[in-house]
Amino acid sequence: MSWLDRAASDTQVTHRQRLWLYALAALVLAFLALPTLIVIPMSFSGSQYLEFPPREWSLRWYRNYLGSSSWMQATATSFQAGALTMLVATPLGTLAAYGLFASHLRAARWLHTLMLTPIIVPVILVAIGVFYVYVKIRLVNSLAGIVLAHSMLALPLVMLVVGSALKSFDMNQEMVARSLGASRARAFWTVTLPQIRFSLVSAALLSFLTSFDEVILALFIAGGNNSTLTRNMFNALRDQIDPTIAAISTLMIVVTTLGLLLAQFYGRKRD
Amino acid sequence: MHDDGPNAAGLKRDERRERLALLGLSAPALLLVFVTMVLPVGWLFALSFLADDATFSLEHYRRMLEQPSYGRTFVTTFKVSVFTTALCIGLGYPLAYALSQMSRRAAGLCLIAVLLPFWTSLLVRTYAWLVLLQRKGLINEWGIGLGWWDEPLALVHNLTGTLIGMVHIMLPFLVLPLLAAMRSIDADLLKAAANLGASPARAFRTVFLPLSLPGLLAGTLIVFILCLGFYVTPAVLGGGKVIMVSNHIANDIELFFNWGAASALGVVLLVLTLALLWAATRLLRLEQVLGGSHR
Repeated sequence: MSWLDRAASDTQVTHRQRLWLYALAALVLAFLALPTLIVIPMSFSGSQYLEFPPREWSLRWYRNYLGSSSWMQATATSFQAGALTMLVATPLGTLAAYGLFASHLRAARWLHTLMLTPIIVPVILVAIGVFYVYVKIRLVNSLAGIVLAHSMLALPLVMLVVGSALKSFDMNQEMVARSLGASRARAFWTVTLPQIRFSLVSAALLSFLTSFDEVILALFIAGGNNSTLTRNMFNALRDQIDPTIAAISTLMIVVTTLGLLLAQFYGRKRD
Repeated sequence: MHDDGPNAAGLKRDERRERLALLGLSAPALLLVFVTMVLPVGWLFALSFLADDATFSLEHYRRMLEQPSYGRTFVTTFKVSVFTTALCIGLGYPLAYALSQMSRRAAGLCLIAVLLPFWTSLLVRTYAWLVLLQRKGLINEWGIGLGWWDEPLALVHNLTGTLIGMVHIMLPFLVLPLLAAMRSIDADLLKAAANLGASPARAFRTVFLPLSLPGLLAGTLIVFILCLGFYVTPAVLGGGKVIMVSNHIANDIELFFNWGAASALGVVLLVLTLALLWAATRLLRLEQVLGGSHR
């Protein structure tokens, strides 16, 4: 009996009868994965035109990118904004997650929901609102302004990641530390924190990526000398298709994949 | 607890104080959310009810009813969201089902293909679709080269391109919660159905399908809600021809500096989103709906 005629399910459907399902699933998976990957070989093309696979290979689009001061400035801003967002959102989100988790007050549930709202409120609304407020307090086109807004977007992610780590943490350990004379802060610092540190790293990486990938807020509040990579890319895509974007896209794929693999790695790790 | 000692009142007070102090730890985060979200959105809410002379007026909301361009925007938004959601269900359900039937290891490998686009920058994916779909793009080159069609098809800078790009982005949001729901279905129930004489198709229809519906509903709702707020994909892949609510809001600001109109439209979008979300939480737990987007 070949593999095809073996039962594939608990209801004795054979693999042969399921072939259409496998084919459909493979097509959908290809639809999901391939378009993104096609950018990578395109970025090494030697031609001005779009060909796949490219007839000649070159690094000219990377040279173009590295030689452009505006792309370099945008790259620097994006990395700075990402790093600073990480430094703001991670401690703020961790403190909030811990405080709300440990207080057991009814108000905590409400505050928790309030702080998750940035996931749900349409970004365009936040973007024009923040733009309006930033014009009044002169934060438009400033790095500080970008970092604050991006930190707000990253906050819910940090709270979800750290919150779920705290849920699986045995708070009695803190009680033990305190019964032995440690203050609440010391118990948190020496007992709780080391045990949720991998989730913290994971949350920090996710905050970096949130900022690094953000487009819409950047379009409104990140102009002039503080334009981000995503903002420059968006504007370039609206005008014409420059293969330099393929090189930048490849770079972004590398950064996000690396960040995400690390986040996954630390998120799963438990000691 | 009932054995109130002499210190009971004091202890209770201390505990209360500590809980409030713990709550206070969230103050910096709360301040941040207040300054960068509650305040700006509240401000826009106020602006949407003010006329040019700063008196209360409903003119911005009235304009939405009177000017046909707003009606068109709402119709487009609704149409695009419904189509995208329907396509996601059509493609996502079979995929999730196939994944749920595989071994964990095989499914894990396939999930990489689902998660890869999920985490790749939106702009990178949008660029990739432009490369593939434009008039001189790869799909047209291949299609004409293979003799499947003669004239370049208009695949992008229109509704088609927008839908392709949006389905590509939203599909994982449907597949992930759906797969989680399918995996939690007890396989013994299907064996029992088969044992009682149900054909495979009937066992699927009467046992598996109904049990997977809560996951499907959670995925469908999150996809539809997120579709309503799309901006980048229609702006780039729609080529300015597909104007959804978010694009209309941006145009009101960038082209016409009309804060009142943009705010009013934003308030409508927010109310719509929150209403749908509220309806979703009536049916499902909030964490289930929100959690689906960050797995």
